[in-house]
Amino acid sequence: MERIPILKMGQFLLVTIQVDMHDKLAMTLQEDLTNRISATRAKGVLLDISALDVVDSFIGRMIANISSMARVLDAQTVVVGMQPAVAITLVELGLPLEGVHTALNVEKGMDWLRRRMDDDTGDFRGASL
Amino acid sequence: MRQMVREQAIALGFSLVDQTKLVTAASELGRNILNYGGGGEVQVARLAEGSRIGLKLVFVDQGPGIPDIELALKDGYTTGGGMGLGLGGAKRLSSEFHIESKVGAGTRVTITRWK
Repeated sequence: MERIPILKMGQFLLVTIQVDMHDKLAMTLQEDLTNRISATRAKGVLLDISALDVVDSFIGRMIANISSMARVLDAQTVVVGMQPAVAITLVELGLPLEGVHTALNVEKGMDWLRRRMDDDTGDFRGASL
Repeated sequence: MRQMVREQAIALGFSLVDQTKLVTAASELGRNILNYGGGGEVQVARLAEGSRIGLKLVFVDQGPGIPDIELALKDGYTTGGGMGLGLGGAKRLSSEFHIESKVGAGTRVTITRWK
């Protein structure tokens, strides 16, 4: 069965979608990713959608779902690389992806995830004092 | 189907944003046909009216039809567990939108995007 690879890098999981997303593949990714978060105790997920030239409501919902599911599993998600034409279309479609953190590229996305980890550690230290 | 719509839009010289809107609208309506209409067909036609160039897509199914079109066009209304953005979203992404539906006979959605 066709699958989207999930790479582990330290505390983070990296997913780069490089194929045309169809519905079954999207559902499989949701399952695989939540399983991997749980198994690896990952603290962050970086979802690179720079290769997607179409994000319709189904794929948009998948992105929002992944972000929510990861949060429930104590991991932060950042969606990176959305093409400008896709951003325009998504908002017009009525799916502004509120609550989903985004960054312009992989580098900025990784920076954000790392900062989140630092902040969390800081909070924890603060609380233990 | 999305690839075909994309190729037609490129051939007509649509901008990248317009291509994306058209393909996304087609994706929404194509999914409706598969999820609710029990399959169907898509017709693509190039339009030229004077100096205007456009692409017309017709989505036809012989499914159960839509009893209340006004309601089906409302964002958030769904009978299939989706987000309920398909019809309304496709309408917003198109220059012209037309829907005909007959309960028990099927649904025909026509969208046009002018360049």
